[in-house]
Amino acid sequence: MGVGIEVINLNAWYGTNHTLQDINLNIPANHATALIGPSGCGKSTFVRCLNRMHETNPIARVTGTVRIGELDIYEDSKPVEVRRRVGMVFQRPNPFPTMSIYDNVAAGLKLNGFSNRRVLNEIVEKSLKNSALWDEVKDDLKKKSGASLSGGQQQRLCIARALAVDPEVLLMDEPASALDPVSTSKIEDLIFQLKTQYTIVIVTHNMQQAARVAEKTGFFLNGRMVEFDSTHKIFTNPSDKRTEDYITGRFG
Amino acid sequence: MKAGENKLRSKVRALADGVATGLAILSTALVVAPLLIIFGYLVYKGASSLNLDFFTQIPKPEGETGGGMANAIVGSGVVLGLASLIGIPIGIGSGIYLAEFGRGTKLAETVRFTADVLNGVPSIVMGMAVYALVVSPAMPFSALSGGLALGIMMIPTVCRTTEEMLLMVPHAVREAALGLGVPNWRSVLSITVKTASPGIITGCMLAFARVAGETAPLIFTAFGNAFWSISLFRPIAALPLSIYIYANSPYEDQHRQAWAGALVLIILIVAAVSLVRWVTSRGVLKGAS
Repeated sequence: MGVGIEVINLNAWYGTNHTLQDINLNIPANHATALIGPSGCGKSTFVRCLNRMHETNPIARVTGTVRIGELDIYEDSKPVEVRRRVGMVFQRPNPFPTMSIYDNVAAGLKLNGFSNRRVLNEIVEKSLKNSALWDEVKDDLKKKSGASLSGGQQQRLCIARALAVDPEVLLMDEPASALDPVSTSKIEDLIFQLKTQYTIVIVTHNMQQAARVAEKTGFFLNGRMVEFDSTHKIFTNPSDKRTEDYITGRFG
Repeated sequence: MKAGENKLRSKVRALADGVATGLAILSTALVVAPLLIIFGYLVYKGASSLNLDFFTQIPKPEGETGGGMANAIVGSGVVLGLASLIGIPIGIGSGIYLAEFGRGTKLAETVRFTADVLNGVPSIVMGMAVYALVVSPAMPFSALSGGLALGIMMIPTVCRTTEEMLLMVPHAVREAALGLGVPNWRSVLSITVKTASPGIITGCMLAFARVAGETAPLIFTAFGNAFWSISLFRPIAALPLSIYIYANSPYEDQHRQAWAGALVLIILIVAAVSLVRWVTSRGVLKGAS
């Protein structure tokens, strides 16, 4: 089951660059939340702070509190533990090129020392079914490399890989921006199904996509969160002038 | 634009294309030719001396005909095996350090510079150094000291190719592993190194092939041996040494054996490299990149 995310006074820096300023919001459990805003506004940095992926960059620094469910991820936990609970799907599909489809999905478990073959088989099948890829790959699981799939299939493989470690939250950083329209709509259908089981946070440049998949939407601008509300409200009657300007295409 | 002018342009373009393609083919031929000529000449000079005795007998006393290089072939195997055991783990380990853990540190900078300098040290100097520092104070002429000299020579090549191959692994692949909650060290070993392994193996093979033909470092270390020995602690024969000694001898029969030895050396190097490539390519999946 998904859990809610509570962000209190989050600030982030890359070197001396203050990329996130005083972010406060509550992301509801088992819903999809979209983050929109022009390039460089901090939305990708923000989702990276939710699973401490920003720490892979040595010049990044964060203050503030992030709670995933009951867990204060900066106080009570280590990055590897946080990342097992908060899965991530990246902008470009990034399957492990030397691994089979099966091993790609099983990677998160295998690399953390899990080796029960029967359980692995079940988890791989379940994850691929959950990511709507099973029927397309079930005959080539161990024969084909993850890199041999099409771009859209690769992205669903990456989603399956993230689901296999059984996270509570799934972060998606522009998951469809490198895909064609058909693959994009498959990913969106998937988000619809997945949000019954997981809390989903999706960064997107595509405002129609945000409107289609998300119940809540946050608008980021210059490292600040300008507005956070129900998607319907954001797109029909935003409270802030800047939000209105952005969604009507006046900048960004 | 007029039709005639267009036609002329396309003719010029086709001509330029032909010239460029021709030059490329010529260059390819010039690259391949020396190898074929050398190999052909070795076969011409050495093949007649290749018989079962060559592979099973040790050398006959000077002046007698017959005998073989069995001890040198096996000796080369022993020395190169030792060299690989020393050079490959240290080279790969230091390459991983440079690419993954030491990025941007002073130590990494120093290691990289040292490796590059080491790569440029002439092999005869390496032999003398190992002689002065290891053989003369601690250990007699031996297979082990020969392996040590060649192993040290392998390190910089293996180290720098490992580093370069690891740096070519896309950042996205590392992120994918870290994003799954895999610890960094595990991600490096199981994902990054594995992804780069074809290139790393090529680097090891290059280093291996390069030292397989080295003579100078062995003169002061493995020393050579006219008799049968596979002891790690005694002087041991090696193909390049035997070739060197035989080619300098006054006897025609030994000259022929030197040619045969050179031919065998090249064939063995090619065979070893091909074997490793074959073994490591068997696990590669359809569509893997």
